[in-house]
Amino acid sequence: MSELLYLIVLFPLIGFLVNGLLGRWLTERQSGLVASLTVAGSFLISAWLLLGLLTLPEQTRRLTQTLFTWIPVGELQVHVTYVLDPLSAVMVLVITGVGLLIHIYSIGYMRGDPGVRRYFAYLNLFMFMMLNLVLSDNLVVLFLGWEGVGLCSYLLIGFWFSDESKARAGMKAFIVNRIGDAAFIIAMIMLFDRFGTLSMGDIAWLAPGVSGDTQLLTTITMLLFIGAVGKSAQVPLYVWLPDAMAGPTPVSALIHAATMVTAGVYLIARNAALFSLAPVTMATIAIVGVITALFAATIAVTQNDIKKVLAYSTISQLGYMFMALGTGAFGAAVFHLMTHAFFKALLFLGAGSVIHGMGDEQDMRKMGNLRHSMPITFGVMLVGVLAISGIPGLSGFFSKDEILWAAFEHGGGVNLIYLAGLLTAGLTAFYMSRMLFLTFFGQSRWADGKQPHEAPSVMTVPLIILAFLAIAGGYLGVPEALGGHNLLHHFLSPVLSATAAGGHMANEAVEMLLMLISVGVAGSGIYLAFRIYIDKPETAVTLQEKFPLLHRLSANKFYVDELYRAIIIRPFEMVSELFWKGLDVKIIDAAVNGAGRALSNIGGAVRMIQTGRLQHYASMLLLGVAFILIMIMAS
Amino acid sequence: MTSILFYMFASLLIGSSLFVVLNRNPIYSVVMLVFAFANLAALYFLLEAYFIGILQILVYAGAIMVLFLFVVMLLNVGPDRARPQWAAMDRWWFGGMVGVVGLTLLALVTRGMGPLRSSAADIDDGFGEIAPLATDLFSRYLLPFETAALLLTVALIGTVFLAKRRI
Amino acid sequence: MVVPIHHVIAIAAILFTIGVMGVLFRRNAIIVFMSVEIMLNAVNLAFVGFSRFHGNIDGQIFVFFIMTLAAAEVAVGLAIIISLFRNLSTTDISEINRLKY
Repeated sequence: MSELLYLIVLFPLIGFLVNGLLGRWLTERQSGLVASLTVAGSFLISAWLLLGLLTLPEQTRRLTQTLFTWIPVGELQVHVTYVLDPLSAVMVLVITGVGLLIHIYSIGYMRGDPGVRRYFAYLNLFMFMMLNLVLSDNLVVLFLGWEGVGLCSYLLIGFWFSDESKARAGMKAFIVNRIGDAAFIIAMIMLFDRFGTLSMGDIAWLAPGVSGDTQLLTTITMLLFIGAVGKSAQVPLYVWLPDAMAGPTPVSALIHAATMVTAGVYLIARNAALFSLAPVTMATIAIVGVITALFAATIAVTQNDIKKVLAYSTISQLGYMFMALGTGAFGAAVFHLMTHAFFKALLFLGAGSVIHGMGDEQDMRKMGNLRHSMPITFGVMLVGVLAISGIPGLSGFFSKDEILWAAFEHGGGVNLIYLAGLLTAGLTAFYMSRMLFLTFFGQSRWADGKQPHEAPSVMTVPLIILAFLAIAGGYLGVPEALGGHNLLHHFLSPVLSATAAGGHMANEAVEMLLMLISVGVAGSGIYLAFRIYIDKPETAVTLQEKFPLLHRLSANKFYVDELYRAIIIRPFEMVSELFWKGLDVKIIDAAVNGAGRALSNIGGAVRMIQTGRLQHYASMLLLGVAFILIMIMAS
Repeated sequence: MTSILFYMFASLLIGSSLFVVLNRNPIYSVVMLVFAFANLAALYFLLEAYFIGILQILVYAGAIMVLFLFVVMLLNVGPDRARPQWAAMDRWWFGGMVGVVGLTLLALVTRGMGPLRSSAADIDDGFGEIAPLATDLFSRYLLPFETAALLLTVALIGTVFLAKRRI
Repeated sequence: MVVPIHHVIAIAAILFTIGVMGVLFRRNAIIVFMSVEIMLNAVNLAFVGFSRFHGNIDGQIFVFFIMTLAAAEVAVGLAIIISLFRNLSTTDISEINRLKY
């Protein structure tokens, strides 16, 4: 059964090759079909393997397949080994499932675009790389996927590369990610140095043996975490994600919301055994997560671009996941990762549908009152907003509360992390409702002549399926406090060590109370948004005028991009210019040119002999003869 | 007596040859070359190469030099224009070449002659006259002789071809 | 033998050097050509001298062939000079550089 594992990865690769190499002979429809079918194949095989996995006893749920040895260099043996255990199974199903829906949606969204074959080729390549990332047992192969998804992200952000700002956004994403990747590589080298292997399974097994060496473990985990910070857009390396919205909206949904950006969360969860041994790193992760969650949420409040709101919301939710990881609740983080994939993909695709229907308009100030023109989109967006806000009964509620509960429990009561998380939850509810209200309610503010229309069924059907998942996804993890069985937790517990599953033995009454509090906070957030944006639309302006500084800070994203420009990019450019004009031109170029000029001058001097005059040549000939004669006589 | 004549003719030969090379006017050069070849013919006589001496006058001083004179007059070549500047480098070069070539040849003469016998071999009567030469030419050297005839024919055709058509 | 062989050879060497200088330093193609003739004759003189010295007639036969060759060479060479002059209106060999480029 495990010998089918490679097919999961192989199918998207085939799709990529077909679309990438033979694309010019495919029609647009065939191209989309090939891409979707290959992902569907991966999804079906994953589902089939998951069913097989469930029949195994809990502690032996681990399918492995070693394909070949990729890099055999001395002690470093990099095997391409795919592992399907509960954690990667969840990831693979989310990736292929959501990915499949987004592929189908893309057929409609990208219709008529001249680059549609290239688009699907990139998308399939992304799937291949992402599946490599989550299925690999070896860190090097994981890194291959890690870089591969980064590449696809770059290619897809800059998909419309003729627009320079979009091409630049792609480069920005790539460069910012490099910072994290450098740390990742160093971490890999240190791991290999210490453990002699880069297989994560082996490392997890060997890690307790070095638990005494706290400094080493802290360093390694910190470096891995920096890698995750880059990929998962945490403070301070989050700046690329908002710009990444330049790509096509389905790409934003797939790569920059549901899958790639969660790779950092996956990396840490996968190496839970290692991270659990480094409390300092764990604390750092929690703090960075909280800061990111709160910080991004405050920015999202004032954004007017519908995709930017969602981008900052994604950063904020990723911060939530890191907060869970930092508090040791790996299971909660993965749970939230899954539910977030559902509702955030849903929100992005819904936003895509709105943008599509409005004729490529992304500014919410030019929308409004769209619920009649786009009933289906409105319905699913409503589900998505309620889910992310944490309204009971939808998936976001369960996963978010689990994280808050973990934070509460970790701190042994009410603590800063918990409070910040709670505040973020309120802000999330507020700005998501704001987005919903601005887009679908109130007065229509679009320009005359625009005909907002509902998307075709090839787009709405995936939306409806995602909406269903956004509701139902949460029931995999209904906490015991609500009479559930927390299925996902028990499923994941063999992989994520004891800390993950252990938590929920505590006081159920307290947990219930916390849930009520967070529901209250979310509800008040929604109510506030309702008051400001529907009840009295003029209050938004009044508030802006009342707190101009706060508004400006938030609307301008706290000037972080400008700050980076001032403290990193400008000095870098100045140093570069110094090297260019000083070192390169004056020294290196001068040396090279000087060498050339010297040779040219020597050549010019030597050329004097080559006068082109026969008599000069004849005299040389004569000198030679004389020389030979003298030599003969001398001997 | 004969040795005095020899050195006299040799001096005239070298002097007129120098004149040929150093004079600017081609007409004078040609005339002086004729004179030089006449002196050379005299040297041949003194070296008892009578037939070669006659040939020297007939072929060189007669035929070849007339050809030269004819061409010089035909082309109406005037005296050489003076060199724009007889540069220092050229002067050094000239001196150097004279020295090198002259010294090499001188070394050849002085060193290479060392082992030679000091006196010449005895010769038969009629050495250098036409009969012994002709005997050899038409017996041992018949093939080269005929080849030379062919060469002259080819040269004749080539000359006519070159001089006649505009190339 | 009226003079030592050394002297004959020395005169031939001097004559040859004069010819070489003419070839190397004159710019008029006709003079250059005449200098070549001087060089040839210097060699002839050496041949004749050796022929007398050894009492061997072969040296003179060589001279005979050289004269034949010189005659043919002069005829063709002068024809070439005429042809060049027709095309370039000069016999200055420093200006004749058609094959240089």
